[in-house]
Amino acid sequence: MEHLEFYILLLFVIIGSLVAVETKNLLSAVICIGAAGFGGSLMFLFLRAPDIAITQIVVEVLALVILIRVTISRDKTFISGDWELVGVLFSVGFLLIIFLAGTQVFDALPEFGSPSFIANNHGDTASGHYIQEGLSETGAANIVTSVILDYRAYDTLGEATVLFTSILGAVVILRKQSRNRLETEP
Amino acid sequence: MKGMTLIVKTISSWVKMLVFLFGIYIILFGHITPGGGFAGGVILACSYVLIMLAFGRDYTEENLSLKLASKLDCTGALLFIAIALVGFMYGGFSFFYNFIQQEYLAGKETAFKLISAGTIPLSNIAIGLKVGASLFLVLLMLSAFRPSDSSEKEN
Amino acid sequence: MLYSMCFLLFIIGLYCVLVKKNMVKIVLGIVIMEYAVNLFLIMLGYRLGGIAPIVGQNDYASGAVDASFTQASVDPLPQAMVLTAIVISLGSLALMISICIRTYERYGTFDITQIRRLKG
Repeated sequence: MEHLEFYILLLFVIIGSLVAVETKNLLSAVICIGAAGFGGSLMFLFLRAPDIAITQIVVEVLALVILIRVTISRDKTFISGDWELVGVLFSVGFLLIIFLAGTQVFDALPEFGSPSFIANNHGDTASGHYIQEGLSETGAANIVTSVILDYRAYDTLGEATVLFTSILGAVVILRKQSRNRLETEP
Repeated sequence: MKGMTLIVKTISSWVKMLVFLFGIYIILFGHITPGGGFAGGVILACSYVLIMLAFGRDYTEENLSLKLASKLDCTGALLFIAIALVGFMYGGFSFFYNFIQQEYLAGKETAFKLISAGTIPLSNIAIGLKVGASLFLVLLMLSAFRPSDSSEKEN
Repeated sequence: MLYSMCFLLFIIGLYCVLVKKNMVKIVLGIVIMEYAVNLFLIMLGYRLGGIAPIVGQNDYASGAVDASFTQASVDPLPQAMVLTAIVISLGSLALMISICIRTYERYGTFDITQIRRLKG
């Protein structure tokens, strides 16, 4: 069977996500998300993307620390289970329709293993140019770095702005001083 | 928050420098080997998180305070924009113009060396500083937060 | 088939967001959807028997990249996009988690059906 390693790893990620969704204990749900993330990191490595694999595995560690911080030492880490049957049935049917329609769309895509962005039917593509000329034009041997910091550095500037804004939002939500001041002097 | 036991403190005081050094390596060699500013910055934040988990929050804030972390964060972002603006003024009037590579290193064989690729290593350093400082900042805020103690006057 | 399994992962995350009532579970659903999208974008650039898009010393001679590297390298463009998206997802995760902590401190629960009441 072709691409057996990808099937096994993707099945691992799917099972980890299912257990994380359905388990009652929040701490074990968080740990299952961590396992699924490490499986995804291994899958990035097999998909020949070492940059993404390194970043994913490090980000996963920090995300686990953040998520365990929120779930541990809380009173109610178990979920009491009352669920509305009608709502669940309705959303499951809705998701089933989306899934069936989506699989029809994915049949129209080119087959797995033939990169659709470097296809040479119509001459030069952007990715083909990056691979061909990336080293001689920017001098960086790692072509992913030359894309994110030279050809498309404007994207990276936007990404830095988004990261700055989200961290700013988290700090503003978490800080204690302003709330006390609001309560004492209205 | 006093931190963990003596064993954990001893081991993490040995390991923290290695983790920090690995982050610096990942940032500096990002244009030759896999890695780069994003992964290296997160590793730098991880080394400080290790200190924070092992020694407690007060010890960490003596090393790298909240104000210094936010200043480092802003420094990284401003450095990145400054590189872009210098490229803009230097020639061509194009934002993020790689002026060192195009003007000085164009004809020379500098591939696979540490000093190569013009502004890309500098941008990597700026991005790594920014990502590391901001993630450390948010983790410090998360650990500093005490629920249901609204009468406590910390600051 | 692999694309469909990736889409199934996305659907699992969407199910978690739609059905579950716990705030942390909703955050976990969003994280699962991020995994699925990142995996799908990387899969689009994969080439059968490809090599990583990093030029080695042997693939480079006299100012030009060898044709053997050009014919075998996987697509670097989706990798560059996903690399930034992963770090952004960590920042947004921190933002969502801080909202969860604030809500828990205010209402004493993570259940979104019980935090409708006005308080304070």
